[in-house]
Amino acid sequence: MRYIRPLSIEDAAGLLAGSTGTAAILAGGSDLLVRMKGGFIEPDLIVDIKAIEGLGEIRETAEGFSIGAAVPCAVLGESKVLKKAWPGVVEAANLIGSKQVQGRCTIVGNLCNASPAADSVPALVAAGAKAVVVGPGGKRTIAVEAVPTGPGKTSLAKGEIVEAILLDKRPPRSGDAYLRFIPRTEMDIAVVSAGVNLTLDEQGRVKSARLALGAVAPTVILVEAAAEVLIGSRLDEATLERLAKVCSGACRPIDDKRGTVEFRRKVAGVLAKRAATTAYKRAGGK
Amino acid sequence: MNFDPRYSGRSFTSVGTRPIRPDGVDKVTGRARYGADFNMAGQLVGRVLRSPHAHAKIRKIDTSKAEKLAGVKAVITAADLPDLTDGDAAMYDILDNCMARTKALYDGHAVAAVAAVDARTARQALKLIEVDYEVLPHVVDVDEAMKHTAPLLNDAIFTEGLEEKPVKPSNVTKRTQYGHGDIHEGFGQADFVVERSFKTEQTHQGYIEPHACVASVSSDGTADLWVCTQGHFVYRQHCAQLLGMEASKLRVTSSEIGGGFGGKTHVWAEPVALALSRKAGRPVKLVMTRDEVFRASGPTSATSIDVRIGARKDGTITAAEATLRYSCGPYAGMWAEIGAMTAFACYKLDNVRTVGYEVLVNRPKTAAYRAPSAPMAAFAVESAVDELAKEIGMDPVEFRIRNAAQEGTRSSYGPVYGPIGIGPTLEAAKNHPHMKAPLGKNQGRGMACGFWFNFGGQTCTDLNIGMDGSVSLAVGTVDVGGSRASLSLVAAEELGIDYGQVKAVVADTSSLGYNDMTDGSRGTFSSSMATISAARNAIKTLRDRAAQTWDIPIDDVVWEKGHAIAKGEKYGNLAALSLKEIAAASGKTGGPIAGHSELVADGAGVSFATHICDIEVDPETGSTRVLRYTVVQDAGKAVHPTYVEGQYQGGAAQGIGWALNEEYIYGKDGRLQNPGFLDYRIPVCSDLPMIDTQILEIPNPNHPYGVRGVGETSIVPPLAAIANAVSNAVGVRMTHIPMSPPRILAAIEAER
Repeated sequence: MRYIRPLSIEDAAGLLAGSTGTAAILAGGSDLLVRMKGGFIEPDLIVDIKAIEGLGEIRETAEGFSIGAAVPCAVLGESKVLKKAWPGVVEAANLIGSKQVQGRCTIVGNLCNASPAADSVPALVAAGAKAVVVGPGGKRTIAVEAVPTGPGKTSLAKGEIVEAILLDKRPPRSGDAYLRFIPRTEMDIAVVSAGVNLTLDEQGRVKSARLALGAVAPTVILVEAAAEVLIGSRLDEATLERLAKVCSGACRPIDDKRGTVEFRRKVAGVLAKRAATTAYKRAGGK
Repeated sequence: MNFDPRYSGRSFTSVGTRPIRPDGVDKVTGRARYGADFNMAGQLVGRVLRSPHAHAKIRKIDTSKAEKLAGVKAVITAADLPDLTDGDAAMYDILDNCMARTKALYDGHAVAAVAAVDARTARQALKLIEVDYEVLPHVVDVDEAMKHTAPLLNDAIFTEGLEEKPVKPSNVTKRTQYGHGDIHEGFGQADFVVERSFKTEQTHQGYIEPHACVASVSSDGTADLWVCTQGHFVYRQHCAQLLGMEASKLRVTSSEIGGGFGGKTHVWAEPVALALSRKAGRPVKLVMTRDEVFRASGPTSATSIDVRIGARKDGTITAAEATLRYSCGPYAGMWAEIGAMTAFACYKLDNVRTVGYEVLVNRPKTAAYRAPSAPMAAFAVESAVDELAKEIGMDPVEFRIRNAAQEGTRSSYGPVYGPIGIGPTLEAAKNHPHMKAPLGKNQGRGMACGFWFNFGGQTCTDLNIGMDGSVSLAVGTVDVGGSRASLSLVAAEELGIDYGQVKAVVADTSSLGYNDMTDGSRGTFSSSMATISAARNAIKTLRDRAAQTWDIPIDDVVWEKGHAIAKGEKYGNLAALSLKEIAAASGKTGGPIAGHSELVADGAGVSFATHICDIEVDPETGSTRVLRYTVVQDAGKAVHPTYVEGQYQGGAAQGIGWALNEEYIYGKDGRLQNPGFLDYRIPVCSDLPMIDTQILEIPNPNHPYGVRGVGETSIVPPLAAIANAVSNAVGVRMTHIPMSPPRILAAIEAER
């Protein structure tokens, strides 16, 4: 097994592109090391991206925020501006694993691990976040929901690395929220989750909305029908009931050790309602 | 010397105080040595190959490729552990469980093992072992396994305990029955009858420290074993028997223990490590992974229980019966029998009958888990008792008080009770402020009682007094819950010296006579008795040395507050001699001063508890939150109250996990789906409220200080208390443990 710590993103991409056998990217290692210790993978090459300049930073730009691929989730929680702009994204990132895990894990890792239950992903999808992908063919920017394609699978080509996540600047009267269901209070994996991002008009009606559900399909799903229900409303009870119904209907869950199909359908609707209500309040809705 | 164990009603100086535990600093600083912390020069890494199949015939195992791998020093299969059990069926089962002989009987059953120079080589070697399996149909559910159509695990097993000798083999190894009176007559007198069926899923003790040992077999046939265990003397006996050694040639040292709860009363990896070391000629360290701990060690039974209880309008129970089916894993056990004995032990009943069925399934061999079998029986019975109280229109506490067993009651399992604590714990619960606290929306309160036998057993202790007057106490019961502190308090109490002058250690198997293991809540009960006896023997020697010094008869010397005192007017001028002074002179008065004790601690007093809890249920998700929890339990005498409280809280915490989320989940293929703490959900700290405790002290007449065991009873009521609370919160009777959110939500939805 080779372990390399390159200093530039191009070198990292080059190493991955030229690798034979199994290659893995190491940032926080909270997925990779667990999988290695469990004997699930034995990589021939590990590319540690933490020494690459800029990857450990959150940058505020004219367009919004750029969160480097090696930024631990705990650091997101310490950024006051980010927390103010995107509280839902930050609360999702700060639910992953435990305090100790949050000191290591990254949202890019969470995205590229491609688990349908990944906590930060529904919040990122709802936020309309983009991923900056660097590879042998150069740089491209894609919607985060285009990265995972199924459990453990991504659309990234050999040699491609997600360098950063981009979040837009917030228009006024905007709010987002993330909720997940776990049987315990922490240290667990989402059985169902929901991320909601709303912007209101001056009258307090929903002007734009995005809602994503986690752990109810092979990938996190963006529920466009849910946005249609929300837009134009003030989140009255009837809207919330319709929202729950639409979200339950959008689920394509499985029965497994973490929950049943019926349970996931039902709770997806409940979480959608609750997350939408929180996002609405954060956007200043009453 | 004759030892009088009767309760003396004395007052205490040290016992009942709360000093810091002697093993505490090392544990919080990481210095304490647990099973995996011991190392020897030249030690190899042992690893076990496990069956991926729930049930399969082993046609052939080819280890040749693994043996040829560089760095591999030994590969073993069942052939390296020949059957030396000589017709002892229980030992044969242990042997077969350590290494499958002809069939793999569950997912995770050991089939081969290797010892190699490092972990990577050992892992590679396991991949090179070729096992030719013939996969057989399997059964993991206790009710399914009882059906005539179920796959048979062992066609040599015919159900014992039936009136007619069965002609066909069965997965039911045994039927047992307890009770007295005439239940038909009893039910005839009832105005109200509640009848319900319940299920509980299989749980694991969930100890944080995995099984770990280092085995070193010398070329002269003697051996050392360093191991994390609840009973090193029992491990020595089992390992020696399985490996064909004399017990005295095998020295077993117990490490600190990161939790056992009954799961470390049983050998799994240790005979394998010894066999590997014997073959390799080098020490072998074997540490189970968490996955192995779940798949191959210690779960408790999954159960299916029917209960029927009848009562008159005035609240008197007229008849009670239960049928209890407990899974044993693939080997015979007596788990349902214990359930049948404990089920109605809290109550005074004229007509009672319980029937237990021991059922084989393709799951790991069932091991003891803290008051084994009692929590599930209590869940079923206490749920039905609650429901019956409701039907009659009585308060559930009053209903239980009315029917509680008392001194002189003939228990449902046979013996007549002496002084017991069920009534007092119920009265204390009734008067506890918790009972009267207001409840909010979606909140429910539940309460339940629990019983455990407690155990005494064989115990041997040495107390040695150093020349500086400090005391070392060597005990043979592994300290799992703070017993070194408790036993030091007891030694200090008897000798009349300060707690700080006593240092207790757990001695290895070559340093003391045989001790039963720390189970049955016996550690402090039995070893305190042996410590009192050893201290009294030492006091006799101390008096003798003082008598020699003074040149007066020993009968004129008494021991008071750590001093020898010459009794009577005629010795008025003799200054008392302290323990320290007598010890300092010991070299000239007859040599070292010590007290020894060996005894069978009979008369472990039975133990009762009553628990109260408040739960809030989210009716839209089935999510639960434990808001408040109170444990009331009889300790006889709390030697170290902090550790008694710790036992109460620990049992409640484990019971809460069991009640709400913990369960073994098997796939259709018979493979365990959740062999890790991510999906086998024990409670994390934030899941629990501060668990309040109330210690009652109803002295055990069979112990000089009145001590009863306290470790196990606290896990008996929680399943029922929580089920009653959840049922009250959602208005639906919950009958399936764990009450995970999907199960609660499904129950609510079904009711709508």
